[in-house]
Amino acid sequence: MTDFPLLSFVTFLPLAGAIMILLFVRGDAEDVARNSRWGAFWVSLVTFFASLVLWFQFEPGTADFQFVEQHDWLPAYKIAYQMGVDGISVFFVLLSTLLTPICILASWTAIQERVKEYMIAFLVLETMMVGMFCALDFVVFYIFFEAVLIPMFLIIGVWGGPRRVYAAFKFFLYTLLGSVLMLLAIIAMYIAAGTTDVPTLMQFKFDPALQTWLWLAFFASFAVKVPMWPVHTWLPDAHVEAPTAGSVILAGVLLKMGAYGFLRFSIPMLPVASEFFTPLIFTLSIVAVIYTSLVALAQEDMKKLIAYSSVAHMGFVTVGIFAVNQQAVEGAIIQMLSHGFVSGALFLCVGVVYDRIHSREIKRYGGLVNRMPKYAFVFMLFMLASVGLPGTSGFVGEFLIMLGAFEVSTWVAFLIATGMVLGAAYMLYLYRRIIFGELTKDDLKSILDLNAREIAIFAPLVVLVLWMGIYPAPFLDMISASVANLVDNYHGALAAAESGTALAANQ
Amino acid sequence: MVTTPDLLAAGPEIFLAVMGMVLMMIGVFSPEKRALGIVSGLTVASFAVVLAYYLFMASGERSVAFAGLFVTDAFAIFMKALVLLGGILVLLMGDSFVRREGMARFEFPILVIYATVGMMMMISANDLISLYMGLELQSLSLYVIAAIQRDRIRSSEAGLKYFVLGALSSGLLLYGCSMIYGFAGTTQFEALAGLFDGKSAEASAGLVVGIVFLSAGLAFKVSAVPFHMWTPDVYEGAPTPVTAFFAVAPKVAAIALFLRVMLEPFGGLIEEWRQVIVLISVASMVLGAFAAIAQNNIKRLMAYSSIGHVGYALIGLAAGSEEGLRGVLIYMAIYLVMNVGAFACILSMKVNDRMVENIDDLAGTAKSHPMMALGILIFMFSLAGIPPMAGFFGKFFIFMSAIEAELYTLAVIGVVSSVVGAYYYLRIVKIVFFDDLMEMFDKPIDRPLRVIMAATGIVTILFFIWPSPLLESASVAAAALFATPG
Repeated sequence: MTDFPLLSFVTFLPLAGAIMILLFVRGDAEDVARNSRWGAFWVSLVTFFASLVLWFQFEPGTADFQFVEQHDWLPAYKIAYQMGVDGISVFFVLLSTLLTPICILASWTAIQERVKEYMIAFLVLETMMVGMFCALDFVVFYIFFEAVLIPMFLIIGVWGGPRRVYAAFKFFLYTLLGSVLMLLAIIAMYIAAGTTDVPTLMQFKFDPALQTWLWLAFFASFAVKVPMWPVHTWLPDAHVEAPTAGSVILAGVLLKMGAYGFLRFSIPMLPVASEFFTPLIFTLSIVAVIYTSLVALAQEDMKKLIAYSSVAHMGFVTVGIFAVNQQAVEGAIIQMLSHGFVSGALFLCVGVVYDRIHSREIKRYGGLVNRMPKYAFVFMLFMLASVGLPGTSGFVGEFLIMLGAFEVSTWVAFLIATGMVLGAAYMLYLYRRIIFGELTKDDLKSILDLNAREIAIFAPLVVLVLWMGIYPAPFLDMISASVANLVDNYHGALAAAESGTALAANQ
Repeated sequence: MVTTPDLLAAGPEIFLAVMGMVLMMIGVFSPEKRALGIVSGLTVASFAVVLAYYLFMASGERSVAFAGLFVTDAFAIFMKALVLLGGILVLLMGDSFVRREGMARFEFPILVIYATVGMMMMISANDLISLYMGLELQSLSLYVIAAIQRDRIRSSEAGLKYFVLGALSSGLLLYGCSMIYGFAGTTQFEALAGLFDGKSAEASAGLVVGIVFLSAGLAFKVSAVPFHMWTPDVYEGAPTPVTAFFAVAPKVAAIALFLRVMLEPFGGLIEEWRQVIVLISVASMVLGAFAAIAQNNIKRLMAYSSIGHVGYALIGLAAGSEEGLRGVLIYMAIYLVMNVGAFACILSMKVNDRMVENIDDLAGTAKSHPMMALGILIFMFSLAGIPPMAGFFGKFFIFMSAIEAELYTLAVIGVVSSVVGAYYYLRIVKIVFFDDLMEMFDKPIDRPLRVIMAATGIVTILFFIWPSPLLESASVAAAALFATPG
């Protein structure tokens, strides 16, 4: 099995599935819809099980890239097709492959129009996401990173809500503007270092003056994706207008692309600039945490509220990443995974009632616990995980980030801690308004509880959230070696740069 | 005294010119109904023969013929192959349109042959005189083609406009040539290059003025801002297959001529002309991006899109390096494929046997013609330069050369205007996929159109799997132009 190109298999299997559905699913509308649903579901499920092999065969003790594949692609330019995962990326691959079948299940009845195209778009999207987390060549990474926009644009624009066109354009153009600047930075790095091989670039020492510009170009791209305040405004629109499964993928995976970019590229490749800009990141993150939490408190729309809470949670993540110590970075990764499960699940919770009542307004609901006890339980669990209650995955991530941030600056730790309090406020308030109270609305009196399909959607997420919250060691073990390597290299590079400047000053 | 090797170097051009005359005879003497079919079939066949010769037999070695007037090298072969490919594809996909829309005259393919011969001479020009000869042969044929629907006012108007403005630009160009001759004393490219290779030789002001006039004339031919005014009107007014032809073949040829003139004889003066190229490149990209937003006619939109694309190609020229040249060659090849594909889609926009050209007519195509919609999706994202489509790679290599040449501002303006440009391409995707069906296009789409759409679509989306052949031949071609003595 050692020679089997597992990463390419996991990456391109969904694409192959999409092509099969495109070419071979025919017949009358009913058949096409049913066959595409089942086809997409099976393909994504097989992909998920194939990706589980990654987890079992992954060696936790080393920071090296594993399952590495390399093929010539543009030999004249020394750009190669390279894939590989380390402790930082492996879980994001799994997160993507897990959420895709869940999304397909969640769209089972909600999507009735152009089902075939919808399923194709999702499978293509999965290929792009997985490929992006596996790519070890900067150009290959960029291709996957950008290509994600195409299926997502269609998913929002074709199957979205009333303002879908506006949201889809805003999403696409915002992200594109950031990414094209990153493209220039990638080219500049290629010209400086002569390669786009990621491990080599991590060792390469870029000129500090160049680093500043490169860092800013990366920041333009990743900050939009994360999204950081003040370039987050595409997110509430995109979330609100996207179909439920689109929101799940947006919150669950696409937001992680930005943070992953910081972690994989900005910090190891541009340490001097990263250190220089750390105060900027901290400031923007703190503003994000506090401001968007306050905004979330005032929302009338459930999806918007959860969208703003995503911005706040990603603020924690960016603080964790730029604190650059073992606890904080591990915390940031755990928080990203946890947020992937939790916010994905919260959007699914909204989707459940939206499918029944077709409204996302908080006022339309109330007293659901009387009719939907199972739903109330599931919602409560994810709501508390989002707040960061001990015993859930949210707590582990936030705690580690706070710990790491405290080492760097007490003020930063203090200010983001207020975000946790506000987070509890808006989530509990949301929960009270929807679940508790009198059941007065007429159409809610006949609402049905979760059905078997919906339970199957939530079950894996419930298990993971509790598992990560109660016994996070299996996850931390796999990421710790890579994180330690990242942190050591970062501080080593900074020390080297400092002694370099000191030497220059002495001469 | 013309010797045999001279004839060999220009063999393909001579062959096509002779074929043009033979086909004219065949056209006259064959039954009227079948004349067009026979002539255009034979035209495609002769193009294919020459194309096959270039691809498989022609050696890339540089050889100069006709006392230094004519040159053929790997660069010329690359560009001529593109021109011929464009000609073949356009003739094939225009066939049914030509029959339907009152253009069924066998002169149409013959004019395409002569325009193509003119383009091939432009690409191989090695002297200001032969440059002008080639350019005029091409332009005169194109003026007539633009007006070939002579009983339609729009087509005649397009032809007339093109003629008047084209004549003006030829005048500018000729004036530039005479200035250069007056101040340098020669029209021969190698001799000119010899004058400016040393750092010592200062270019006189008169010569620089000459170069500026020459570039203005060439900028008109490639439709770069500020000499772009004719483009939208001619694109809109000319019959659609002719527009498709205008968008690909003459553009490739004019870019090739532009590259050769600037880099070969005047390569040593790059500091003098670079700012001119940077300026028209920026202006073209920005105007192409912004002006297209307001368009409702798809042919006008493609006109502005082509103005923008020329702006990107000129970035590579502004870089003035071998990498830049290679970038332009890759860009033009990809541009040709995706533009032919886009025009195949436009030629399929037909409601009850009537051509429609409004962007809004595309509404809901995704429901009625899913495969055509997929094609439009691929071409639009490719034109916008989104990976993994081929268009991205074109831009990638262009920007790489710009950064290598330290033209950072130009590169940043380029990428930002590509984001603005993405808006109008996305708008088409939006109309095709998000909007509801209004009027359904005729089904089935003509077979040649379907085949060309599928072929160009597959090339565009799958280019990334095996890009090496194009990249390698582009490097060989670029190296050829830089290896020239002087």
